[in-house]
Amino acid sequence: MKNRWIALYVENQVGVLAKVSGLFSGKSYNLQSLTVGTTEDETVSRMTICVASDDITFEQIKKQLNRMVEVIKVIDLTNVPLHMKEILFAKALNCSTADKEELFQIAQVFQVEVADIGKDSVLLECKLTERRNNELIALLRSKFKNIEVVRGGAVAIESISTSCR
Amino acid sequence: MDITGRKLFVRALLEEGVDTIFGYPGGMVTDIMDELYKQEDIRLVLPRHEQALVHEAEGYAKSTGKTGVCLVTSGPGATNTITGLADAHYDNIPLVCFTGQVPLNLIGNDAFQEVDIVGMTRSITKYGVTVRDRKDLGRVIKMAFHIARTGKPGPVLVDLPKDIQTQTGDGRYPETISIRGYKPNEGVHVGQLKKAYKLLKAAHKPLILAGGGILLGGAQEELRKFAETMRAPVVTTVMGKGALPSDHPYYIGNSGMHGRYAANIAVSECDVLFSIGTRFNDRITGDLNEFAPKAKIVHIDIDTAAISRNVVVDVPIVADAKLALEKLNEWAEPKNTKAWLQEIRAWDAENPLEMRRDKGMTPQMIMEAVNREFDSCIITTDVGQHQMWATQYLEFGGEKQFITSGGLGTMGFGFPAAVGAKIGNPDKQVICITGDGGFQMNMQEMATAVTEGAPVMICLLNNQYLGMVRQMQQLFYGKRYEATCLRRRITCPENCKGKNGECPPYLPDFMQFAKAYGAHGIRVEREEDIAAALKEARAYTDAPTVIEFIISSDELVLPMVQGGNPMSKMILK
Repeated sequence: MKNRWIALYVENQVGVLAKVSGLFSGKSYNLQSLTVGTTEDETVSRMTICVASDDITFEQIKKQLNRMVEVIKVIDLTNVPLHMKEILFAKALNCSTADKEELFQIAQVFQVEVADIGKDSVLLECKLTERRNNELIALLRSKFKNIEVVRGGAVAIESISTSCR
Repeated sequence: MDITGRKLFVRALLEEGVDTIFGYPGGMVTDIMDELYKQEDIRLVLPRHEQALVHEAEGYAKSTGKTGVCLVTSGPGATNTITGLADAHYDNIPLVCFTGQVPLNLIGNDAFQEVDIVGMTRSITKYGVTVRDRKDLGRVIKMAFHIARTGKPGPVLVDLPKDIQTQTGDGRYPETISIRGYKPNEGVHVGQLKKAYKLLKAAHKPLILAGGGILLGGAQEELRKFAETMRAPVVTTVMGKGALPSDHPYYIGNSGMHGRYAANIAVSECDVLFSIGTRFNDRITGDLNEFAPKAKIVHIDIDTAAISRNVVVDVPIVADAKLALEKLNEWAEPKNTKAWLQEIRAWDAENPLEMRRDKGMTPQMIMEAVNREFDSCIITTDVGQHQMWATQYLEFGGEKQFITSGGLGTMGFGFPAAVGAKIGNPDKQVICITGDGGFQMNMQEMATAVTEGAPVMICLLNNQYLGMVRQMQQLFYGKRYEATCLRRRITCPENCKGKNGECPPYLPDFMQFAKAYGAHGIRVEREEDIAAALKEARAYTDAPTVIEFIISSDELVLPMVQGGNPMSKMILK
């Protein structure tokens, strides 16, 4: 089992997201994250999907997706150079002054923005790779008792000349 | 010129060459029904239940090669079709099912008879869509027919809100359609096919496994030619029964859970398994680790997703069965398979497919009589023991067609499927082989059969039990016949182990039932009366005939492979 990524071009129509996600639940595929948005062509949506699976299941997932009438194209991004980012909000609550200072340091090291601040709380806005976001969450968890995390799932696009995943 | 949606609906059906639809009225399809009243080219068949309606469309589609068309109302009308749609999905039957829907502005309000039928059927249809804009109606219907009948066929659901039916809009129906996400495979990879052929050519013990794809693709003749030239023996799946005539010298029998002994041993012993048009269902493979353990496996299927899903194969080929076999026939050369064929025949002699003949009438005798009496017919079955006996003992090929519910295994399929087949083939003899359990699941369709003039012959094997489950209880559950005795009443003793002298009478009396509907009824209890009953039934062309064969409750379907066991491990006695 390892994580794999798929970019999926689908018809931008009612029910397509439900059909795609239904395939994953119906066939017991292990969906890690799924993001969706329209593309330059408003009739087409692009999904970035992360699944955890073995090789055989992953082949089957791609075939099953390909078989759907609403699916226009399936691209396997697992071993493709690409740029991948995930948006993440992390709010630290009940912070002391020292805590807040530390959060500013962390923000600096991770190169994320401090988007908001209050008397005893700090909001970080992060656009990092999934892995980097995982690391950030692990760090925040280890240092602060009260954190709130919202993450959006990865979006990815194929590289032009540099790659970041 | 602009026309209403309901007018365009009828125009679309005519353009698609539809002459028969199976429809049940209701609040959200009254407009379409009214439009159908005003025309004479499309026949509307009125079933008595929407589940049976879909099975009728399936039987019609499978026997005529046309696309079956269903029309039901919203809510319960739509939900009742679900079993039928799932059945058609598993067995790849081209259907277009139109469901009425509440008006667009009421969708999502939990309106009267509103359900999200597209959502509910997403995993059991090839495609499903609600028409949300009148301007899309023509294109959506065109798409539906195109998707249903091309590639690997299947059911398509089109949900029609009431206001879409009444709104005016573009009156044109597109002649062609292009769908960017749907391009069925039309070619065949010659390189792969050559590789497969070389493998077969080099084999010492080659075996062809033919599935339902041969029949769906109309490749029976090509298969026969290929097997004959290569001199390769053929086994079939349940859905592939008839792919090669069952009296053909190279035909061994069905493989799988209730397959012929020699067929299953051949699968276990062959060195190349050349499979075409099967998805290696668990009923065919048994324990996957032990399936065809000595063989290199070739798998030809039109559905990419069917390949290497259940069985990891050595040579995968995505292709239509007919195309692939046509190409293979260009290369095919005779092989020496004499020793291998002899080996298989020896296995068959060791454990032939045979039921006892010592006392009383057996299902085998009934099937053999059907074989003798009818050269040209369509035979449907329900699901259960009688279905397996039919696949074991009926002979197919040539002018005989077999229609059964193989994938979903839907009890209640057989009778309505026969009615649908008869409606599509009024001049052909249509026989439904069914059991007393399955028949009762849709026997209200007797009204449809009588009123629509579909005089089918029903061979009802009555063993007074839900026999297939009873068989498992007898073999694996210490004869604890929970919920399988159809004579059981509230007054019966608990923990009854089967028949005793005080069993209550069977319900219903099928002879009275037939009479109540104006159909014919014949009860057969002895072997010597089978042929006469079939002859008598054949003579009744005015109404359906129920021939009730009273068979022993103890009759088992053998051989049997218990679920999850390897195919070589068969229970024979």
